Amino acid sequence: MIEAKHIYKSFADNDVLKDISISFEKGKTNLIIGKSGSGKTVLMKCLVGLLDADKGEIDYDGRVFSGMSPRDKKRLRQEMGMLFQGGALFDYMSVEENIMFPLMMFTKFSSGEKLDRVNFCLERVNLKKANKLMPSELSGGMTKRVAIARAISMKPKYLFCDEPNSGLDPQTSGLIDDLIKEITEDLEITTIVNTHDMNSVLNIGDAVAYLHEGKLWWTGTKEEIMDADNKELQEFVFATELTKRLKK
Amino acid sequence: MLKQFGIYFILMSNVFRRPDKWSAFRKQLMTEFYSLGVESLGIVAIISVFMGAVLAIQTAFNIDTPLVPMTMVGFTTRQGIVLEFSPTIISLILAGKVGSRIASEIGTMRSTEQIDALEIMGVNPANFLILPKIIASMLINPFLITISIFLGLFGGWLACITTGLVASEDYISGLRSWFNPFSITYAMIKTVVFAYIISSVSGFFGYTVKGGALDVGSASTKAVVQSSILIIIFNLILTQLLLT
Ligand SMILES: Nc1ncnc2c1ncn2[C@@H]1O[C@H](COP(=O)(O)OP(=O)(O)O)[C@@H](O)[C@H]1O
Ligand SMILES: [Mg+2]
Repeated sequence: MIEAKHIYKSFADNDVLKDISISFEKGKTNLIIGKSGSGKTVLMKCLVGLLDADKGEIDYDGRVFSGMSPRDKKRLRQEMGMLFQGGALFDYMSVEENIMFPLMMFTKFSSGEKLDRVNFCLERVNLKKANKLMPSELSGGMTKRVAIARAISMKPKYLFCDEPNSGLDPQTSGLIDDLIKEITEDLEITTIVNTHDMNSVLNIGDAVAYLHEGKLWWTGTKEEIMDADNKELQEFVFATELTKRLKK
Repeated sequence: MLKQFGIYFILMSNVFRRPDKWSAFRKQLMTEFYSLGVESLGIVAIISVFMGAVLAIQTAFNIDTPLVPMTMVGFTTRQGIVLEFSPTIISLILAGKVGSRIASEIGTMRSTEQIDALEIMGVNPANFLILPKIIASMLINPFLITISIFLGLFGGWLACITTGLVASEDYISGLRSWFNPFSITYAMIKTVVFAYIISSVSGFFGYTVKGGALDVGSASTKAVVQSSILIIIFNLILTQLLLT
């Protein structure tokens, strides 16, 4: 479980996050939703420590992350995996080298063990035999899948996904969403997903948090969201023709 | 400006750490030797030969009194190449070639979140990406400059014998006269300092990129301009310190 307590973050005079307190449970896909610019990415970067929150505390299963020594932070980082919006694969390395990279840096595995782990991860994301491809040869959906494989290669306890299906067609998006949910349940990970895609919300939203102008506006489940009695959330949920029809 | 210096020094304090994994560091270092060193050989060679040739011809033309012996041509060419042309001019050229390469490579990694990805894994990205480039530059540039010196002197010789302005023996005996070994030390000290400037300043501009492809381009321009200016300034400072 990850807990954020009273997180504030601002850039110059732009207050991006205002008093966010939220917890994310293990074995569930926790969604953070909201309009573009509402602060989802900033919140996620504060959680993983890519950005320092101005105020507040972040706990990983009771371990206080904010204010940890760099050494402990580093150790905790090895329990995290993150899927970045553009995939962020190392572009001078092949698919195999990308997935192997964390293993090479942080384990004492033999080459055989590393390769087994790579193949296991690739199989998990349904990309067998893609080992030797370079990132520039991958389609959008494949890139995301390789990025997921890399994120889970160290058997993380915590998985962060920033807009996992941005730039993908609806069908591929659905596959990626399903994949994230399966991995979360199989490996008992605490997963947090940023998205503005209502399809994902209805598909995988075990727990949903709605962020509006840097404030936590609403929390609930995908079942509750359609009937939520909240003006801003309603506007967000029923912004598309599809969801409007669904409501009727 | 002052803030930039602060950020630069904080970044360098993260760069100069023990690598997370030595085997990975060695591998990076080898890659950098190749991409920063070997791939610069061509341009260094061409420029050096031509520089030496021009220097020799200019000197020969400017000696219009028989009171000055033609051996002066070899001597002057050697002094010019060893003291200034090879260490400084070639470093400026490398600031353009290597500096823009470093800044755009690291800048692209920043703008595509590859640096964030490294950090999330628990790698120290500044150390992992920038240290091998700095070390590789500081080790390989003295070789490049040494090659440049020899090729410069060779270019001068070639110019002398092909134009017939100076006899081969005169040029060579000029090259060997009044040789002070410290001038080589001086050239190497400058080279190593300039190598550090090029790699660390370009690394800094790449690492601190904010935004997209356009910002990577402007960071790479800034890297070249700033490291060139710093090379010129440090050239003056080092010359003052070492030769007076
Ligand atoms: N590094 C940064 N420096 C300054 N402002 C930033 C930075 N990152 C994000 N912001 C600002 O924070 C706000 C929220 O951005 P973000 O979290 O990326 O939104 P989204 O919900 O679309 O992910 C935006 O107004 C953005 O301009
Ligand atoms: Mg975002």
